[in-house]
Amino acid sequence: MFDNLDALLLARIQFAFTVSFHFFFPAFSIGLASYLAVLEGLWLKTGKSVYLDLFKYWLKIFAIAFAMGVVSGIVMSYQFGTNWSVFSDKAGPVIGPLMAYEVLTAFFLEAGFLGVMLFGMNKVGKKLHFAATLMVALGTFVSAFWILSVNSWMQTPTGYEIGANGQFLPGPSWWDIVFNPSFPYRLVHTVMAAYLTTAFVVGAVGAWHLLKDRANPHARKMFSMAMWMAAIVTPAQIFAGDMHGLNTLEHQPAKVMAMEGHYQSHPEGAPLILFGIPDSEAKTVRYAIEIPKLSSLILKHDLNAPLAGLDTIPDDQEPPVGTVFWSFRVMIGIGFAMLGIGLWSLWGRVRGRLYDMPWLHRAAVLMGPSGFAAVLAGWITTEVGRQPYVIYGVLRTADAASPLDAPAVAASLLAFVLVYFTVFGIGVWYILKLMGKAPHAGEYGVKRGDVGPIRTAGITPGPTQNPGGDETLPTHAPDEKEPV
Amino acid sequence: MDLTVVWAFIIAFAVFAYVVMDGFDLGIGILFPTFNAGRERDRAMNSIAPVWDGNETWLVLGGGGLFAAFPLAYAVILPATYPLIIAMLLGLVFRGVAFEYRWRDPGHQKFWDMAFTGGSFVAALAQGMTLGALLQGIDVVDRAYAGSWWDWLTPYTLLTGLGTVAGYALLGSTWLIWKLDGDEQAHARKLAVRAAVATIALMGAVSLYNITLNAEYAEHWLSAPEIYWVAPVPVVTAIIAISMLRAITRERNSKPFWLAIALFFLGMSGLGVTIWPYVVPPGLTIWDAAAPERSQIFMLVGVAITMPLIIAYTVWAYWVFRGKVADEGYH
Repeated sequence: MFDNLDALLLARIQFAFTVSFHFFFPAFSIGLASYLAVLEGLWLKTGKSVYLDLFKYWLKIFAIAFAMGVVSGIVMSYQFGTNWSVFSDKAGPVIGPLMAYEVLTAFFLEAGFLGVMLFGMNKVGKKLHFAATLMVALGTFVSAFWILSVNSWMQTPTGYEIGANGQFLPGPSWWDIVFNPSFPYRLVHTVMAAYLTTAFVVGAVGAWHLLKDRANPHARKMFSMAMWMAAIVTPAQIFAGDMHGLNTLEHQPAKVMAMEGHYQSHPEGAPLILFGIPDSEAKTVRYAIEIPKLSSLILKHDLNAPLAGLDTIPDDQEPPVGTVFWSFRVMIGIGFAMLGIGLWSLWGRVRGRLYDMPWLHRAAVLMGPSGFAAVLAGWITTEVGRQPYVIYGVLRTADAASPLDAPAVAASLLAFVLVYFTVFGIGVWYILKLMGKAPHAGEYGVKRGDVGPIRTAGITPGPTQNPGGDETLPTHAPDEKEPV
Repeated sequence: MDLTVVWAFIIAFAVFAYVVMDGFDLGIGILFPTFNAGRERDRAMNSIAPVWDGNETWLVLGGGGLFAAFPLAYAVILPATYPLIIAMLLGLVFRGVAFEYRWRDPGHQKFWDMAFTGGSFVAALAQGMTLGALLQGIDVVDRAYAGSWWDWLTPYTLLTGLGTVAGYALLGSTWLIWKLDGDEQAHARKLAVRAAVATIALMGAVSLYNITLNAEYAEHWLSAPEIYWVAPVPVVTAIIAISMLRAITRERNSKPFWLAIALFFLGMSGLGVTIWPYVVPPGLTIWDAAAPERSQIFMLVGVAITMPLIIAYTVWAYWVFRGKVADEGYH
């Protein structure tokens, strides 16, 4: 089956597959952890039970998503060594410490407080429990900070020296390494992407239940919160993405040329190619629909500014244009669709009819997975766009792989594909099942059968025995006795 | 002070913390089928549900720390043991999701219980065999693994793999003695006796095998003056083993568990004595593979600040969920 593929290509496919699959979970859990912290904070502040119910509703979903993120993340921390050992040896002294900081400041924080967040409310009280929730949310953000610093350093390496043994060595300033030129942009863009991904999932679940019962107060609350995010964060994200693009133009011009489909240089203003079919053999975009000079206006803020094309880049240093061109357009298209939803919801809100617009609700349901698609397309753009380098301009991907034979990599790739699609497919199905149930008063927390994970804090019939419980609330609906 | 030695001890500490803490999680997974479906299994799993995630993080610190502090060792060991690492990772996938999935889908709980056990067993076996593959030596040429596909599969690595499975089962069963009571505790005690006997036997076998692996290993243990320093290790190990067996058979709470940890500590110390000063025997010493001083210092600052905090909130999380796993609120 893999006879025609070499070990390098298989290793690249394997990394692309495992990292893409993995990133779905943090893209969701970074935003969801913050959302849970907001819900719990609002509950403590206002005392309104709707927030506690929503907290418990999403906590169950978070538990599954987080578990999938953890197990697929451990795979990533070993993939560098198993499949990219030359890269690991060479870059380890620079990026290894950043990843060690991620473990020390983020992974332990998330994992250490997760148990209390899931099962500990009755053990530690409301305030300490809220602190645990905040720590988990903080951990997801700190994790993004470090791993995006690593990725950004690989895109725009600074602050390093090359040692006698060929290793990348840290220079005198770690600040130059951590805060490399593309890092602030990538961090902001990625974290907002995670927030939007979560917001559109929450919005879709709210909309789904509004379509079934537009009076459901829980569905209303979550839909409204999600639509505020769509309306406010989407424009900010488009702005941040534009800034990120300008930063890329400065540091990785070939990537932007591929995104724009500019095979040729345009000395007197470059057109914006909306659509077309890139043909790298003929070095042209066929059937292009373009707006003259607009690309120069966007990238240089001047209609007639000259823009260099891929004709200025040696062929063996060009990224694959087709993939980058298309994935970029998918991301942009989704971004503007999100903006459309946000504006639509604002219009509905102004008219006081936010909960009485079935077409908006249907559109929001449809847009539920849009954040995942946009995030994936964005990462494909930036990762394929920096090829053929793994450390931009310095170390080629082809020179970074482990000395493994193709059949070994093929076998592991096949195993990952089978296991991930089965195990994570089932996990996503469990999440969808939970989302399919309408949120209601007296919502359960994370269930653990008839015995609690701990003394006195199990899921047992009785108001004080609910892990996320609040004594003042009815925690036991008659139809909720069986574990979900 | 030599920072490379400091880092060797930090990595060793992370590996030890992982082996002990996820060891009892994986051990419970390995022993899971011997518990009856329903209340027994629920209690066994709930005894670790709030802490397994934190426990597993030490594996990321071990791997990530090796990458950061000894990048060349990381770049050699992982390709050399490729199938074992992949098997371990996939085993941990099944084990990890089973914690959530078995509660979400009562109709398939038996299946996820099997995934929990299978994943735990494969991960434990692969970890032990990786240790064996490292101890028996890895061919390195030009900063890269130079051996063949199946070097990691030998009678010796199978022995270290099984030793690890038995050792984890011992940790898991002694943890359950502590966290359970009644019939379930009696059952855990029975399991612990068997696991202890198997662990001690396999530890002895691996220790003797180590001495025959290469002359340098033997020298660390059998020649003067080293022998005066290291001779107490087997003696103390024997004393601990005997008192642990006594503790298991009597009515105690946490004592068997702590003695099992002490046994692991001595076993790993013994391995440290054996392998020193190599990180990848027979060719790479810790100094050959070490990251430059700037990397070591930068990370040491991070460890100095965060490790006390990590230990503090980890202890707090265990404290929150202290005591027997009980269903006393259930009437």
